[in-house]
Amino acid sequence: MSDEHQRAPQEAGDRPEAGLRRSPMHDHHVAHGARFVEFAGWSMPLRYGSDLAEHHAVRQRAGVFDLSHMAELEVRGPAAAELLDHALVGNLSALAVGRARYTMICDAAGGILDDLVVYRRGPEDYLVVANAANASTVLAELEARAGGRAAAVVDATSAYGLVAVQGPRALEILQRLTRTPLGEVPYYGSVESAVHGVRALVARTGYTGEDGFELFVPAEDAGAVFEALLDTGRDAGVAPAGLAARDSLRLEAGMPLYGNELSREVTPYEAGLGRVVRLDKPGDFVGREALERRSALGPTRELVGLVATGRRAPRHGYPVVDEATGSTVGSVTSGVLSPTLGRPVAMAYLDPAVLAKSPGLAVDVRGELVAVELVALPFYRRPVRRERERA
Amino acid sequence: MEVRDDLRYTGDHEWVRIEAGRAVVGITDFAQASLGDIVYVQLPEVGARVERGGTLGEVESTKSVSEVYAPVGGVVAEVNTAVVEAPERLNSDPYGAGWLCVIEGADAAEVDQLLPAQRYRELIEP
Repeated sequence: MSDEHQRAPQEAGDRPEAGLRRSPMHDHHVAHGARFVEFAGWSMPLRYGSDLAEHHAVRQRAGVFDLSHMAELEVRGPAAAELLDHALVGNLSALAVGRARYTMICDAAGGILDDLVVYRRGPEDYLVVANAANASTVLAELEARAGGRAAAVVDATSAYGLVAVQGPRALEILQRLTRTPLGEVPYYGSVESAVHGVRALVARTGYTGEDGFELFVPAEDAGAVFEALLDTGRDAGVAPAGLAARDSLRLEAGMPLYGNELSREVTPYEAGLGRVVRLDKPGDFVGREALERRSALGPTRELVGLVATGRRAPRHGYPVVDEATGSTVGSVTSGVLSPTLGRPVAMAYLDPAVLAKSPGLAVDVRGELVAVELVALPFYRRPVRRERERA
Repeated sequence: MEVRDDLRYTGDHEWVRIEAGRAVVGITDFAQASLGDIVYVQLPEVGARVERGGTLGEVESTKSVSEVYAPVGGVVAEVNTAVVEAPERLNSDPYGAGWLCVIEGADAAEVDQLLPAQRYRELIEP
């Protein structure tokens, strides 16, 4: 047998390869029996046992992830806010201290260079979290776009370990390790705290569609925090979870992945994320002119959700065809047999002109036409819990 | 990774058990561990004629799609329809309940070319 259709990242198996960067928690993953995967130059845990079990643990209880491959870029100085307003499509000067925002960095043509989460830690202190694969691009662009502004951009990735705890029981588990009242931290809020005696930026952010937290901790303490979460959460059914589960979780939640849904070939409008482009903010920013035009003209393609029956998942790159004419009208960006829904789900870019005619659609799954239905994203939305209804 | 001494193997991670001239075929423990949770299996039709190295079926995990190649040529005499309903059997019992199909009429020379357990072990544990 052969992995003909397997996409990068390449499997590194259970023997991490030389030349790859390792997380500060690496030895802990080995001890937990992780299988590693090469991802953007890093050797990271793909799964510890069953990726489906890890997926279900996050949906039903909680999972703990190591995301130390993500890039932490610190932007500091009197002109930090001004720099980010110029370099990114969002309005970061308007971001309150202790809040985070999902945003993007685009090129002059409006093409997406990366999607980012920006945390404001102080009036002149931001943390920009970028995808590992785009770390050097984002760093270089931020430096170039700083011009003569009084702001410094520092790649602090190796100083941090990033641990995420995600799932309906994440708050309860993390609360056992900190005196900070976590229930008071809003979604996309953050607080400087101590977790298991370790100083941490605790943020209510994530990439799974569940409630949860991401903990930015000193690299040397990350392993202890990772173990403490697993240890204290054992009775709550917490599990270590790898990048395989992270990908299926984000896909069910309709969250885009750079390299699949997002690329330099599309603007935020194509990705259905035009809301992150703040054309109303004062001042010029990189990509403004092109994005204003795109906003006025409408997207050149549209990101949609597709569901199918059966068990065969549409995958990245598979053609979407008009069932009536057989012509190709789009392309799948990500797909999986949804572990939560039990049916194949996929995101795809479609031609807006074709979409307007709402034709019957199918995906060419290696020669077999599998009928698909258009659905609104996300595929999965977490149930609203009682305590949140009361709040 | 378990490699059974009483089986023969291919470099593409299929296993073969020769039983009275019939070849029972599956994927190895190494293969299932590499793929992760298997969620879809496509089997050949009973009666189909296959050539050595030809496509026998398809195995999908959450993250990947792999083709299964025929370790020997012949005619597909039986398929394990139970794994279509329960693909996880390839993970839990790759050498037992996770078998895929039986090929009859294999050429003895082709069977001879299959790897003995020790050779396969060397292949996956460099």
